[in-house]
Amino acid sequence: MSLTILLLLALGLGLAGWLAARARAWTFRRASPDGRLASLPTYHAWYVALWIVLPVLIFIAAWGAIAPGLVTQSVLSSPAADQLPAFGFQRQTILNEARAVATGAAQGVFNPLAREFVEPYREAISRYNWIGIITTLLIAFLSGVYSFLRLKPDFAARNRVEKIVMAILLAASLVAILTTLGIFVSLVFETIRFFGMVSPIDFLFGTHWGPDPMANPDNPDASRYGAVPLFWGTLFIGAIIAMIVAIPLGLMSAVYLTQYANPRVRAWVKPALEILAGVPTVVYGYFAALTIAPAIRDFAISIGISNASSESALAAGLIMGVMIIPFVSSMADDSIAAVPQAMRDGSLAMGATTNETIRRVLIPAALPGIVAGIMLAISRAIGETMIVVMAASTAANLSANPLDRMTTVTVQIVKMLTGEGSFDHPATLSAFALGFVLFLVTLGLNFIALRVVKRFREAYE
Amino acid sequence: MVTVVHENLENTDAKMSARDVSVFYGDKKAIDNVSIDIPTEYVTAFIGPSGCGKSTFLRSLNRMNDTIPSARVEGTIMLDGEDIHSPSLDVVQLRARVGMVFQKPNPFPKSIYENIAYGPKIHGLAEGKDELDAVVEKSLRRAGLWEEVKDRLQDSGTALSGGQQQRLCIARAIAVDPEVILMDEPCSALDPIATAKIEELIDELNGRYAIVIVTHSMQQAARVSQRTAFFHLGKMVEYGRTSDIFTNPIEQRTQDYITGRYG
Repeated sequence: MSLTILLLLALGLGLAGWLAARARAWTFRRASPDGRLASLPTYHAWYVALWIVLPVLIFIAAWGAIAPGLVTQSVLSSPAADQLPAFGFQRQTILNEARAVATGAAQGVFNPLAREFVEPYREAISRYNWIGIITTLLIAFLSGVYSFLRLKPDFAARNRVEKIVMAILLAASLVAILTTLGIFVSLVFETIRFFGMVSPIDFLFGTHWGPDPMANPDNPDASRYGAVPLFWGTLFIGAIIAMIVAIPLGLMSAVYLTQYANPRVRAWVKPALEILAGVPTVVYGYFAALTIAPAIRDFAISIGISNASSESALAAGLIMGVMIIPFVSSMADDSIAAVPQAMRDGSLAMGATTNETIRRVLIPAALPGIVAGIMLAISRAIGETMIVVMAASTAANLSANPLDRMTTVTVQIVKMLTGEGSFDHPATLSAFALGFVLFLVTLGLNFIALRVVKRFREAYE
Repeated sequence: MVTVVHENLENTDAKMSARDVSVFYGDKKAIDNVSIDIPTEYVTAFIGPSGCGKSTFLRSLNRMNDTIPSARVEGTIMLDGEDIHSPSLDVVQLRARVGMVFQKPNPFPKSIYENIAYGPKIHGLAEGKDELDAVVEKSLRRAGLWEEVKDRLQDSGTALSGGQQQRLCIARAIAVDPEVILMDEPCSALDPIATAKIEELIDELNGRYAIVIVTHSMQQAARVSQRTAFFHLGKMVEYGRTSDIFTNPIEQRTQDYITGRYG
């Protein structure tokens, strides 16, 4: 509630500043002998408006983070706080209840002690609300006055506004980077906790995977935490079987669509292919589990492999490969189509066939896009969970036989996190270690791919 | 209206000859009934205002119009008396014999060496590295580029200046030892100095290859060619010795164009 008010307040003040600054710039303009200003009046207006809105927004963000803490602090300093139990968990429950009633989120309380705190909460919240609103107004007023006073006929408002906009754009790109960093850091902490219980060597090189979430968490059986079968399963299903399907099919369809298909065929086939990318993976999972896996089993039995199971790495990998064809083909398609016609003409005019032109000129020139598409596809395949659960089982198995059951890192992450173990049990924490390894591997793959592209690309610009 | 062909042309062997050639883009007729003999030992220039079809006609001489789905060519075009559209003449072979240089330099994004070696490799013209090296050097020498690039053959062809890139493209065309070289406004993207170098090069290549050049610049046509054909609105209006076309044109439209009435 108070946040909305603050935001509206900020925008309203910004609008007021905008109008005032524009009016001021216009008076400068009328007064100036040649009717010119260093910047257009609109830029003066935006300069002041940004100067009002941005500091206020920054303040609101910071206030939103610290205000609840301040409220709790002031509640704890009230006389009733002496009656609170010392035990942290109980204490927190009582305070939460009181806060819920104070803000109107709940009607009554279970713990009679909480009632004592409703009034202090209500009081503190409203006090800090007022402090927030007044500070907001003060900040808006001060920075508004400061920026307004800087307006002069020769003030370079446009340059300032452009600088501020640039800073906003920079901040936007930082959000993505900081999120990645945040994910990384949160993974690292849990991973370190896990490695405190199970040694990294057992985890990274052990060949048996079967954590027991019900076992005594203080003395985990490290021999059950060997993740090699999971890494192998991920690699085998996602990076080997799926890629054997997706890379050739994707590239060939891209080549066909850009170089051979007539426009009418292309207009149909390209969107049809891209529909594949929109099918939910669960649906692929059904298809893999109900149609492909039994078919593979029947086929294996018919050629004399009697122990073929109805869940297999092959079924999951094949379907996953089909699923990611559009990632490979549409990136490859775009980058092949982006190679200038002049390259193609140059090659054809030398007497090269279409085939030679594609292999020797177009694909080398389009390589960065093609590799980017393949990397995206591999990341998708490695991260894919649903198809594996349904078609390749959740049983870890270190085997090179594609007809065996197998499982992947992501499947185990889900299994461990949704298991019955408590949150600080090594079985649960192992999910973070798995995620951490997965993160490092995909990061490494991307890095290598970038280097490869840099080394081999043939830049046509 | 019929094409005026000057009567004082010597009887030379025609390297290529076109008879009643029309080119269509979809329903639009871009070239209307053009007949011309292109001699072996001269440079032939096609001049005319923008959109007159001179480039379209040039591209039909090595069937580059095949790459445009809506384009269709009617009539016959002969190379050494052989129909270039006949099934017995592979388009790949045709283009190896009739090379082409484009308006904008279009070196492949490969090294200078690879640019030249491209044609010989795909046509299997050189056996082994030494022979290929020799072909590359010969082609670059003929294109007058060898001295400038001999120490950096492994640099990318796209790193050269515009004029050097265009000479690289000419060298690339020469490398497969063609009989005819078609040049589609090869200097329009170049500065005057680079243009002068290309013109000098055309002079040097003249006689070794039959050369056809499409140009916007009448001065260029006058400088480098011995035969000139004037195109207008998809028709070939007049064809004769370059000196005659520029000093003594028969058709009024040719007269108007070369004196700058339109264009």
